Amino acid sequence: MITVDAVTKTYGGFTAVDDVSFTASPGRVTGFLGPNGAGKSTTLRIVTGLTPPSRGDALVVGRRFADLPNPGREVGVLLDASAQHAGRTGREILRLSQQMMGLPRSRVEDMLELVSLTPAEAGRRVRDYSLGMRQRLGIAHALLGDPEVLILDEPANGLDPAGIRWMRDLLRGYADRGATVLLSSHLLHEIEVVADDIVVIGNGRIVARGTKAELLASAGTHLQTRRPADLRVVLEAAGLTARVTSPGVVRVDADPELVGQLASHASIPLIELRPAETAGLEEMFLELTADTQREGAAA
Amino acid sequence: MTTQTMEGTSFVADPDPPSRARGHARIPLRRIAVVELRKSFDTRAGRWLLASVGILSFLTTAAVIAFSPDDDFTFSTFTTTIAFPMSVVLPIIAALAVTAEWTQRSGLTTFTIVPHRGRIMQGKAVALVAVSVPATALAFAVGACGNVVASWISGQDAVWDQSVSAVPYLLLSLALSLAVGLACGTLIRSSAGAVVGFFVFSFVFPPLLGLLAVTQGWFRDVQPWVDLDFQLAALLQGSFGSEQWSQLATSTGLWLVLPLTVGLVTLLRSEVK
Repeated sequence: MITVDAVTKTYGGFTAVDDVSFTASPGRVTGFLGPNGAGKSTTLRIVTGLTPPSRGDALVVGRRFADLPNPGREVGVLLDASAQHAGRTGREILRLSQQMMGLPRSRVEDMLELVSLTPAEAGRRVRDYSLGMRQRLGIAHALLGDPEVLILDEPANGLDPAGIRWMRDLLRGYADRGATVLLSSHLLHEIEVVADDIVVIGNGRIVARGTKAELLASAGTHLQTRRPADLRVVLEAAGLTARVTSPGVVRVDADPELVGQLASHASIPLIELRPAETAGLEEMFLELTADTQREGAAA
Repeated sequence: MTTQTMEGTSFVADPDPPSRARGHARIPLRRIAVVELRKSFDTRAGRWLLASVGILSFLTTAAVIAFSPDDDFTFSTFTTTIAFPMSVVLPIIAALAVTAEWTQRSGLTTFTIVPHRGRIMQGKAVALVAVSVPATALAFAVGACGNVVASWISGQDAVWDQSVSAVPYLLLSLALSLAVGLACGTLIRSSAGAVVGFFVFSFVFPPLLGLLAVTQGWFRDVQPWVDLDFQLAALLQGSFGSEQWSQLATSTGLWLVLPLTVGLVTLLRSEVK
């Protein structure tokens, strides 16, 4: 359980995080989504006690992070996979934390195996690691203390597609066994495929939050037809808003069943009819962050 | 990392699923000190710095035998000469122990595993100042060997001009040097900057203060009170009187306690990125 309550962080006159509140619940993967520079990392640093908030409180398993007696046993943290002493071997980095947390030595080899770093790779210095290997080491480090809360900042960066798939399954499995998983990303798809709950942040403010289902409910319907113009007339006659987004592709702000019925009554054949999932969230993301993201002025 | 390594491995589950409601004990300071000490010597650079302490002890001993007049072959000559390179290398090890958390950014991990920077700094201080114990033992052991070898070469009887009472003086001198290194690291928090800062303290200020003492009469009386490097060298000669202890205390306050306090205050308040 992670509770962020009205957290604000200002640097001089600049407000990096502005009155941010959200909860990440046990048994669920919470996706923390926002464009670069939106305040995701700052928020996560505040949650993990690395940055003092100007106002507000962040609690992990009911306590401030600094009040946890042995935080690694309760909260697994990966903020930046590259933030390790380049001269240490991967195994040594895990060994240090294993020792500090008072865990059995076998835990290090178990975790290396879990993230598929071979013994030879674990014996190499982090300087020679690819970003993907660093992420794996970082995940191994976060899981070391067998924590019930995971906080991961952009964990999929640098992973290959198979690695991203692997991580998604790992986080899903962790949440399914009752853990709280909070992960950030600036990539929509990443969050969409794994998260149960989504918190969207833009320019330091929460712009949307809810379950994935709730956020997608307003996304509407995606369909393809050879007669988009005809269909659009029919849909608009029924009081629905329809937009032709690209040739033959229509987005409708209504659920697929209703749209299907209308098309059927009008005898307009459809090629494709489905909830506008990806496009919906993506549009929401772009819309919600349009005035806050860097490209906002042009868009 | 290729897909090849992904195949044939099961990622379905962590072997130990997360369990609920565990009481965890606070991480003891002793464990922090042990881990922080290990961090100073578990990289190639750290091992070389450690090895260099031993290597330099032997080299300085050899240099004394090779270049000093035979009359200078006394136990104290060897131990105090060996202590000199130690008082340069050990503080650098201490400074790097602090600065690596920022320069190498490992602090992001360190301060989330132990979310109390004060306790980490305490652990580092205990661990690194304790390095003065084996260093002192090494200085006396290598010094004794050097003294025996020198007397064997010169054909004269070995001069054992130091008793056990010299041990705490050398120990204190090295411990304070290590503490100055820690203070440099804490105040500057950048590896290159801290090393430069330490060199300024131990190589730039001493001749300047010495020159000032020679040219300005009034400063000659003040120098022992404000020159820590001068006092650290004086400690190696041993047998301090009460005035010298007071002088050591004031110069330590100026060059060690003050920068360390300022460094700690800013370190505790700073943001770890």
